[in-house]
Amino acid sequence: MLDVAKIRAEFPILARKIRNRPLVYLDSAASAQRPRAVIEAISGYYEQHHSNVHRGVHTLSQEATELFEGAREKVRRFLNAATHREIVFVRGTTEAINLVAQSWGSSQLGPGDEVLITWLEHHANIVPWQQACARTGATLRVIPIDRRGVVDQQAFREMLGPRTRMLAISHVSNALGTVLPVREMVAAARELGVTTLVDGAQGVPHGPVDVQDLGCDFYCFSGHKLYGPTGIGVLYAREAVLEHMPPWQGGGDMILNVSFEGTTYNELPYRFEAGTPNIAGAVGLGAAIDWFCALDHHAVAAHEAMLLAHATERLQQVPGLTLVGTAPGKASVVSFTIDGIHPHDLGTILDGEGVAIRTGHHCAMPVMKFFDLPATARASFAVYNTTAEVDALIDALGVAREMLG
Amino acid sequence: MMELRDLYRDVIVDHNRNPRNAGRLEQADHEAHGDNPLCGDQLDITLQMEGDVIHDIRHQGRGCAISTASASLMSEAVKGKSRQEVENLFEQVHAMLTQANGPVPTELGKLAALAGVREFPARVKCASLCWHTLNAALAGQGRTISTE
Ligand SMILES: Cc1ncc(COP(=O)(O)O)c(C=O)c1O
Repeated sequence: MLDVAKIRAEFPILARKIRNRPLVYLDSAASAQRPRAVIEAISGYYEQHHSNVHRGVHTLSQEATELFEGAREKVRRFLNAATHREIVFVRGTTEAINLVAQSWGSSQLGPGDEVLITWLEHHANIVPWQQACARTGATLRVIPIDRRGVVDQQAFREMLGPRTRMLAISHVSNALGTVLPVREMVAAARELGVTTLVDGAQGVPHGPVDVQDLGCDFYCFSGHKLYGPTGIGVLYAREAVLEHMPPWQGGGDMILNVSFEGTTYNELPYRFEAGTPNIAGAVGLGAAIDWFCALDHHAVAAHEAMLLAHATERLQQVPGLTLVGTAPGKASVVSFTIDGIHPHDLGTILDGEGVAIRTGHHCAMPVMKFFDLPATARASFAVYNTTAEVDALIDALGVAREMLG
Repeated sequence: MMELRDLYRDVIVDHNRNPRNAGRLEQADHEAHGDNPLCGDQLDITLQMEGDVIHDIRHQGRGCAISTASASLMSEAVKGKSRQEVENLFEQVHAMLTQANGPVPTELGKLAALAGVREFPARVKCASLCWHTLNAALAGQGRTISTE
């Protein structure tokens, strides 16, 4: 069993009051909160160790470099990547996918080639591919989903073919909570020599990921959804693929030698990290990974599954409520609508009760269009949430129905 | 601290449940479409002018209670008003929605029910979408306007 009271005590923000009510934070899929260990790692870095990395011979520069590279090693272990050369620090999932779509895309895509994505992707895994296709003449194809929000595997097998160059899919849908069979989809793609990218923004927060077991070429995630800082994220890229990719941004740190005749690029992964990186962010991410990995992952999974089951059962009893996304084996995310009450009114009224949920299109407009909805309300559950908070959500929905129903 | 009841006043709840002047004018001589991409709110305004005066107006769309009620209240307020009068009204509504502590002019009548919105910055665009769309319709651009 997860000791949720002890976990909650580690998150200072959970003691906050919102409009005179205790905060009930059910928006961790958008951004999780940070435990004290992460906050202290960041302030400790700035108070004791900060300097620029990779450049100086002085003590602070060496300490900052060790902390920064130490964080990279923590990420490597967390993802079970083969070497640190496969771990590129970026701003977040969005930047990771843009890096791949631009660098890999510009060198590997051409007219007649196809990029396969699914219908439930976040805009971050749609727009960079649209842009790459526009630049290269490749075609973007979209694997359909069904009314539960499950990706149609038969359609996928039919669409996968000799023209497919890239399969780019979410690990877990942020809008619906669907967990995709990424291992199987990646395996099918690899059999045809197709390069694969997994958007793990919503994957890693629910448990450790083994990229070698998944078999993907690229895996991306954001620190802030993993109880870590904003502005830092990770692109895992298989070395055999990354070493053939042209540099993305140019500048300091990514070079070995610059003259006006030409430039030799640095080794991996530094070739893809131009400029002074988010050092404190990486240190904070390392602390978040340490914190997260110290939890019992079976207990985390059981706790989140219990919250999801409790929420699903209680929500289904709310008159006029429709669950959006009912895939089996979902992650701890519930999207829903209530007859006659727009999600934005719900969001405002729930906030008045101290309950923070997400309302809108969740950066997945094609999903909304598929269900013919302008928006949904979404509650997402993390390690620090409790059944009492789920009940607070249900009570707050009652207030909204009374006010507007 | 603003209470939610100040946002969802009875007038707003009523106009959300039973929007006045809802629908489309088949004989419209001016129209415009408005979008609030952040919320997915959409609104169509159709107008029939008589010279310089709004003779009739309809609004149709899908949106939250604030945006639906605002369009409904606006449609009542602008019917029979000249372009200049509508422009003055819009300025007053805009000031009411955005100025934290400004007085609410009595001329606003029922529109004053929207004053609570200014305590909820994330919702101001919901209330102003209809006015921007009306302006676009009056300007006769017939184009889609967006709050973003
Ligand atoms: C599935 C998914 N992909 C990508 C992103 C983008 O992440 P970020 O905004 O941290 O770059 C998100 C975050 O909302 C997400 O949920």
